[in-house]
Amino acid sequence: MKIIVPIKQVPETSNVKMDPVTGTVIRAGVETVVNPLDLYALETALRLKEKTGGTVTVLSMGPPQAMKALKEAIAMGCDDAVLVSDRKFGGSDTWATSYTLAQSIKKIGGYDLVIAGERATDGDTAQVGPGIASWLDIPVATYVAKIESMDAKAIVVERLVEDGYQILSLPLPCLLTVVKEIAAPRLPTLDGKIRSRQMQIPVFSTENMVLDAAALGLKGSPTKVVKIDTPKVTRGGTVVKAGDDEAVVVAVDQLMSFLESKGIV
Amino acid sequence: MSFVWTIAEQHNGKLKDVSFELLARGRKLADKLDTKLASVLIGDKVSEQAMQQLVHRGADEVYSIQDPRLENFICESYAKVLATLIKTYKPSIVLAAATSSGRTLMPYLAIKVNAGLTADCTELDIEEGTGNLLQTRPAIGGNIMATIKTPDHRPQMATVRPKSSRPLKEDATRVGKIIAVPVTADMLDGRVKVLGYRKDATDFVNLEEADIIVAGGKGLKKGDNFAMIRKLADSFKGVVGASREAVDRGWIAYPHQIGLSGKTVSPKLYIGVGISGSIQHLAGIKTSEIIVSINSDPDANLHKVADFGIVGDAFQIIPEIQRRMDKRNGGAK
Repeated sequence: MKIIVPIKQVPETSNVKMDPVTGTVIRAGVETVVNPLDLYALETALRLKEKTGGTVTVLSMGPPQAMKALKEAIAMGCDDAVLVSDRKFGGSDTWATSYTLAQSIKKIGGYDLVIAGERATDGDTAQVGPGIASWLDIPVATYVAKIESMDAKAIVVERLVEDGYQILSLPLPCLLTVVKEIAAPRLPTLDGKIRSRQMQIPVFSTENMVLDAAALGLKGSPTKVVKIDTPKVTRGGTVVKAGDDEAVVVAVDQLMSFLESKGIV
Repeated sequence: MSFVWTIAEQHNGKLKDVSFELLARGRKLADKLDTKLASVLIGDKVSEQAMQQLVHRGADEVYSIQDPRLENFICESYAKVLATLIKTYKPSIVLAAATSSGRTLMPYLAIKVNAGLTADCTELDIEEGTGNLLQTRPAIGGNIMATIKTPDHRPQMATVRPKSSRPLKEDATRVGKIIAVPVTADMLDGRVKVLGYRKDATDFVNLEEADIIVAGGKGLKKGDNFAMIRKLADSFKGVVGASREAVDRGWIAYPHQIGLSGKTVSPKLYIGVGISGSIQHLAGIKTSEIIVSINSDPDANLHKVADFGIVGDAFQIIPEIQRRMDKRNGGAK
């Protein structure tokens, strides 16, 4: 069983603070981490490997600094890593990104399963996973919460949908995107860290890949960003104190009139 | 002039509300472009009445694709059907809902038809002069709003966040054309099989399409106290949400989780009880119309983003709200 896991390096958001004056989020000096939702994909892949044998290859497209994310995945237990990096890939939208990653996966070859995170916490599109599957022309199951069973030919999964779980059987190779419910991610081990430090990670670029130049980077991206706004997070609403029984009644009175004025009750 | 399309969603032959929300979006765009609005409905044995409903809510045409093998959403088959239709009719814009199926189908389809796609839009408009679709969406946990266009590729594709727009009023006098598209073998993909469907045994939770959400967090102190939240949600005819802290403590199941590693919601009313309001949680609720926060900590982040906040003990405040709701609901009988 050969599993490939595409991951992304994203800004760390757990320590982000709000600017009390502007009401916007302070993003300066934020560290980068492995996209938290990709950790579930890594964990899923590692568990499958432990059960059935095989290898897990982790893949990331990004600047040379994304090597750090790949090393972290190696330290968790992945066998190999590939960095997909080239200036010509800069500014890729989800269409161009999924093209470039799909070509990288083809170059690695021989895979049975591709497992991705549900989405990245920065771009938030959830489009690259299904996009890769489409380029590779393999079936896709998104929002996978549970792997029911797997043999050499097929995998049965439960995908989380709005009002329950859809149970699907997919032939291999296929691509899954997974949600948090699937497994709690492990931490990197000391052995893994040592191994990751020694590992030479290959870099895929326009130099060593067969790529359609018209499908790369900003130029190859169908969508263009026209403008970026930073909305205020705060709404300047009313906050009332309800310190004792009497104040609770008054506060709830006010809340009910507020909801009434908005046509809710 | 090429049309604006919306992808209708159905479950067991019944149309989902989001199908009508998309038509309201599409109607505005089609009128601005002086073109027609069509809705594509894929399923099995969907009634004529349901198709007329799409017309009454704004569609000029309905493409109906009905087949037993298309009863359930299967990404590969639905994408093949749509790719065939898009190549035949060449719409200028295709809108789908940012639901579990829309967010799977559209990126798969966009590659097949060589189109640009923007995810989870909250605003759509037409650019003056060029007629390009302007797509606005939150990114980086809702901390920025990006406006995106697709100048050189057609169709321009976008998914739209459920509940981010209101359906048009039903107009039974509207007349439209229902076009039955025959299903051919090349439109079906037999690789993936639907084996079944499992509903969350405890309760039905469709957070993305809920009008009212009452959510609980760490401040509830233990899982049993979610009973109070469920009861209040019921009296608002709403559903129960939760913060990551509550889910990680095992107080409530993951499908209830709101935030960066859970669901993104846009209800009319969100009430957060004992939720401090981490950046991750706020990312999931930012597009709610009204945010109410109940928390004993005056410095809780959720109070800062709330339209109405109460600083106090949730175990006093929630029963008090419950009493008022019981009175109202009782009085209405």
